[in-house]
Amino acid sequence: MIEHRRFGNLLPHLILLAGVAIVAFPVYLAIIASTHDNTVIANGQMPLYPGSHGLETYWNTIVSGTGKTTRQAVGVMMLNSLIMAIGIAVGKIAISIISAYAIVFFSFPFRMTAFWTIFITLMLPVEVRIFPTYKITSDLHMLDSYAGLILPLIASATATLLFRQFFMTVPKELVEASKIDGAGPIRFFWDTLLPLSVTNIAALFVILFIYGWNQYLWPLLITTRDDMQTIVIGIKKIIDVHDALTEWQVAMATAVLAMLPPVAVVVLMQRLFVKGLIETEK
Amino acid sequence: MENRAIFSGKLLPCLLILPQLAVSLIFFYWPALQALQQSFLVQDAFGLSTEFVWFENYLSLLQTPEYYHAIGVTFVFSALVAFFSLTLGLLLAVMANRNIRGVQIYRTFLIVPYAVAPAVASVLFIFMFQPGLGMIARALQRNGVDWNPVLNGTHAMILVVIVAVWNQISYNFLFFLAGLQAIPKSVIEAAAIDGARPMRRFWTIIFPLLSPTTFFLIIVNITYVFFNTLGIIDTATGGGPNGATQTLVYKVFQDGKVGTDLGGSAAQSVILMVIVVALTAFQFRYVEKKVHY
Repeated sequence: MIEHRRFGNLLPHLILLAGVAIVAFPVYLAIIASTHDNTVIANGQMPLYPGSHGLETYWNTIVSGTGKTTRQAVGVMMLNSLIMAIGIAVGKIAISIISAYAIVFFSFPFRMTAFWTIFITLMLPVEVRIFPTYKITSDLHMLDSYAGLILPLIASATATLLFRQFFMTVPKELVEASKIDGAGPIRFFWDTLLPLSVTNIAALFVILFIYGWNQYLWPLLITTRDDMQTIVIGIKKIIDVHDALTEWQVAMATAVLAMLPPVAVVVLMQRLFVKGLIETEK
Repeated sequence: MENRAIFSGKLLPCLLILPQLAVSLIFFYWPALQALQQSFLVQDAFGLSTEFVWFENYLSLLQTPEYYHAIGVTFVFSALVAFFSLTLGLLLAVMANRNIRGVQIYRTFLIVPYAVAPAVASVLFIFMFQPGLGMIARALQRNGVDWNPVLNGTHAMILVVIVAVWNQISYNFLFFLAGLQAIPKSVIEAAAIDGARPMRRFWTIIFPLLSPTTFFLIIVNITYVFFNTLGIIDTATGGGPNGATQTLVYKVFQDGKVGTDLGGSAAQSVILMVIVVALTAFQFRYVEKKVHY
């Protein structure tokens, strides 16, 4: 720092600690609540340290209902969320990397028309065209299916733009060199371009996985069967019983389970996450 | 876009671009056009006949007080969330940008809310703010605040604002931090040599140099409030009480779910699309220009 401070860095530490406390407290409270008995929670007497019902609650939540409700096992919901998140991430990356490849490395009729057709989809999130999209998905008999959960959400231009930008920085010489070596376009894509794109793909995967896992409105609309629910909508049904019947310990355990995969991805792959976040938005 | 076509062949690139075009046309253009078409039609109660009515759906929409109420709610909600989450994000980023120990650890904690789904974040806060059992709700009640977001519209709004701000802090923090790190040290040192104290340096140098980031984040935050808070509202308040937390997007969702007024609902969607396109265009303009003062 520029000038010497008498109290050193006390103030920044205090402010950052306060920030961390605000950010972490709700999560901490959910973890604690998931280890207590529902009667303790419902009385409002829950202590701030873990209780002894954790294993039992998580077992009940993940594997089976508690008998009181006909609730779907949360393990099934997590599996649905996982399939949806990975499907969206992989699908989006796959279709956009090849379309960006076509746009940057080829010249073909209507190339710019195709580019703009894709580019404009950047502007409209699924929320604004939700009911017409629902109707079309229903006409295509995709309600209550993984295809219906995944396909409408992979229509977006962000990934295409990112790959396009990256491909345009690939030096011409590299392409010429592989041409001299006798490589065709498909060979060049597999052997040269794809290995160069690994970091970008990984960064994008992190962002898209979180995006897919955290989807709310779309799965809420198109899933009617309980066994197709994702965990993010399943949790609402658990607390929807708006009175004393809410099993708070189950709700909190579900919240913890719903946070776990995306938080783990962000924390463990922090560098990729920050890269992905900043590059997809710019 | 420069012309750097390098491989020859017409069929291969068409095949490569086909999947994305197909998905965009089926799930993007087709529904968007249907919404547009629907918004000019009126269907009778039994869905037997439809009539082309020009802008009648839009006009009747603009004559309902609820619609203006939803506009007001959206405006208040966006302004509050953008203000608080940007201020907090900037404060934390400025602190983390100092040369202090443990920045990595602070950062790791501060990015967690980004990974939490809005609906799940909502559940975490409902648990703290539930009258009767929530820790904060009880503390408020002990201190004489009759806290009840189920009945009190202001309380419901406060609740959803808190959840949205919490959910959005990480994003603003990361972008402000990246923006701060891009400011050359030499500029700040020069100001320090001229005798500018830290606060003065912040307001006269750092803050103006951050303006591209700030503008970008304001737009992103408004877009976030418009679209991504649907999960928060649906879980925490259901738009209530009495429409106190019913934003424009949530209104489209609720009206569409009931499904009696397809034309009106489509008209609402079209207006939203126009708003998003305007916001995006605005953002591109500013991000391109890299505003400085």
